[in-house]
Amino acid sequence: MPVEYPANGGLVAEHKAVRSGVGLFDVSHMGDIRIHTGKKPAGGLTALQHLTMNDASRLAIGQAQYSAMLYPQGTFVDDVIVHRLGEDDYLLVINAGTREKDITWVRQSTADFDCTVEDLGDAFTQLAIQGPRGVDVLRKLTDANLDAVKNYWFTHGTVCGLSNTLIARTGYTGEDGFEIYIPSEVATSERVWNEVIEAGKEYGILPCGLGARNTLRLESKMALYEHEINDKISVWEAGLDRYCKLEKGEFIGRAALERARAAGLKRTLVGLEMIERGIARDGYRCLGENGEVIGMVTSGSPSPTLGKNIALAYVPPSLSALGTTIYVEIRSQKCKAQVVATPFYKRSRKVSAN
Amino acid sequence: MGYPTQYRYTKDHEWIGAMGDTATIGITDYAQHELGDVVFVELPAMGAKLEAGKSFSTVESVKAVSEIYAPASGQVIEVNTDLQNKPETINSDPHGAGWLVKVKLANPAEVNPLMDAAAYEAFIEEKKKEASA
Repeated sequence: MPVEYPANGGLVAEHKAVRSGVGLFDVSHMGDIRIHTGKKPAGGLTALQHLTMNDASRLAIGQAQYSAMLYPQGTFVDDVIVHRLGEDDYLLVINAGTREKDITWVRQSTADFDCTVEDLGDAFTQLAIQGPRGVDVLRKLTDANLDAVKNYWFTHGTVCGLSNTLIARTGYTGEDGFEIYIPSEVATSERVWNEVIEAGKEYGILPCGLGARNTLRLESKMALYEHEINDKISVWEAGLDRYCKLEKGEFIGRAALERARAAGLKRTLVGLEMIERGIARDGYRCLGENGEVIGMVTSGSPSPTLGKNIALAYVPPSLSALGTTIYVEIRSQKCKAQVVATPFYKRSRKVSAN
Repeated sequence: MGYPTQYRYTKDHEWIGAMGDTATIGITDYAQHELGDVVFVELPAMGAKLEAGKSFSTVESVKAVSEIYAPASGQVIEVNTDLQNKPETINSDPHGAGWLVKVKLANPAEVNPLMDAAAYEAFIEEKKKEASA
């Protein structure tokens, strides 16, 4: 996926197309790992519960959940979306940059469990059709009843003539939309890409690149690996508590998270809005009133939807209250910012969501 | 967009238009295309001294931060303050209204070895070939 498609107006046009209409992303770089039954029933679920922090036992067949794989320290191997395909059959969608590491980690961590692990990363191409009109575009290309697919659920149907295609109402844009999983063979994936673009013309569809993917997910405060989450940052610091189910029982990282909770947080993720001129960028330092270093920007960019310069940053909990003044060091200048509520952008939930 | 023949160009994609010992400096159409939508421009103060090859300004698009290097040494005699509120002018008119600064050149002859329009166009054609290879 390129950073942007300049011929159609580039990043900002792509971003706006997704917020107001529809955009198409080629996310074939994402990885897919299937975990299912070994010799005896329910081995897949037992392994998955050990491997991930959310409670996969709560998933119905056809349902998906945001989750993460953790190191024993309670920090992130990667964040994942877990789909329950069948009785004891799960599909984990993982990040591109961490794919090799993730598959090794999954195999290692489930070695003592009675389950089957398959790396399906090369078998599928993932296309993301995102935006309020995404449903209208996909409807033209499938026999599946999309209205019956709620947010974070999926179904199987024929898409562009490809039978039994996984169609999930998920995405990484904070907008309504779908992700479809098609065979990765080039001729097929190109044909489907072109058919989606053609079907989307009446809704002003634009092909979208990594740049818009980043600004869209940032506005929606969705974590990006090696930015908001990594092998040094804990679940509590990242504020992903609601996807972490200590009550489900043992999982990798749980003991450390319990200890960390008792010890209290040293830093926490906040949303910033620049008050003074300047754009906070990934890796810039956060400063206190007297110029002392208090934290770090993990992601920062102009927000095309809000017309403001926004950022996510780790700061001490004592400086995380809404309205707190924080400074960002931009080319040796101390630029004033303020802690604001997140997500920066939230879609109106009139389109079948839950 | 054509590249004005009265300008000279750098490998970092700045242009300079000299008239005697004063010159106007901006970034090229190629550079603004590479950057995408420009949303922020940081300019030097009046009277600031520019040193050839050194960064004197920052232009930011949504996706990237780009340092702008001085094509020649000199002292700033005018800055394009319109860019503060309308940075997108750099996208729409990079060789005209999107200029960054005017300088009094320390040594007008410094401009001579820079690329002329034809040489610069050949240079960016090579760049484009590399990018698509």
